[in-house]
Amino acid sequence: MEIKETAVAGTLESSDIQIMISKATDGIQIDLQSDVEKQFGDQIRQVITKTLNDLDITAAKVKAVDKGALDCVIKARTIAAAQRASQTTDQPAWEVL
Amino acid sequence: MAENEERLRRTMMFVPGNNPAMVKDAGIYGADSIMFDLEDSVSLSEKDAARVLVYEALQTQDYGNAELVVRVNGQDTEFYANDVKAMVKAGIDVIRLPKAESADMVKQLETDILAAEKEFGREEGSTHLMAAIESAKGVLNAPQIAAASDRMIGIALSAEDYTTDMKTHRYPDGAELEFARNMVLHAARAAGVAAFDTVFTNMDDTEGFYRETEYIHQLGFDGKSLVNPRQIEMVNKVYEPTEKEVLNAKNVINAIEEARLKGSGVISMNGQMVDRPVVLRAQRVMRLAKASNLVDEEGNYIEK
Repeated sequence: MEIKETAVAGTLESSDIQIMISKATDGIQIDLQSDVEKQFGDQIRQVITKTLNDLDITAAKVKAVDKGALDCVIKARTIAAAQRASQTTDQPAWEVL
Repeated sequence: MAENEERLRRTMMFVPGNNPAMVKDAGIYGADSIMFDLEDSVSLSEKDAARVLVYEALQTQDYGNAELVVRVNGQDTEFYANDVKAMVKAGIDVIRLPKAESADMVKQLETDILAAEKEFGREEGSTHLMAAIESAKGVLNAPQIAAASDRMIGIALSAEDYTTDMKTHRYPDGAELEFARNMVLHAARAAGVAAFDTVFTNMDDTEGFYRETEYIHQLGFDGKSLVNPRQIEMVNKVYEPTEKEVLNAKNVINAIEEARLKGSGVISMNGQMVDRPVVLRAQRVMRLAKASNLVDEEGNYIEK
């Protein structure tokens, strides 16, 4: 999946996470803001990275603002943001869901 | 027609599909059915995100014994096809079709569900469906809609769109819904599926909510669609059988058992014959009593 533009998914409401994905040249860089960064920062980054890798995205700049999202929400918002960024929202990545 | 082993469907709670907090907590309130909404409660720009969110939540969250329903977007929208595919892949129990107006719309949904079951390796026939009646046309075609598919579990009246279509609005006494309620109910009963009443949105009017719920309970509806978890307990209270009803039902069940042991085809209780409708009603009372925690494992009434 190729990132064509910057895109956002998710809100800043409780239990949600807002994910912004934009183009990058090498690797996945995640800038994470979370009240539970100390306890869950690594876990959140890992879910985002794995989801992007499953979508065949190996280079991206990610800005994530977490409001206490569960893993399933992090995964869902990452997929939604990545599909928006690659302009493929009308062709869901069935194999990754 | 699907799932003929009757299931209690007193409460169907609406959950906005793009709200993680509500999607995550939907299972804790004890609703008989949970309806995740991808349609009216989700803005056009968030349809894709809501679909993925509900999908991922269904993979990981524990919703207990609740029947899980998703309201997909209408067949005239660009979101419908992917909504159906995603929810079939997710293994949802029931897909709810909004704005159902004809049996053909239901048959179209059935075809789309079957195709998705094949594509994603789901057991064929495992995804059930239901239809929401939201217009004059839908009400008049309700009997055909309710009987349109073997996967059908029920039909629901949706009063906001319906009253708009009828050039009226909702009134406290519900007179404007009388015909629609009775059509939907009769169509459901004739087809052997469940009937769900519409939502009641004024959360401050507790008295009005009880009045409406008691009314639809009297008519014979299986239950009601709800927008707030606080309403679950209120509906369950209305559907809770009385001690007298439970004791009577227990006697009927005992009489059936006694007749079975004797090998007798005729069931009698207190010298009177017990016929099929009495038995069915007794079984339903016992199911309600169990759900309301009024009886123990053996069906004995527990004093409050």
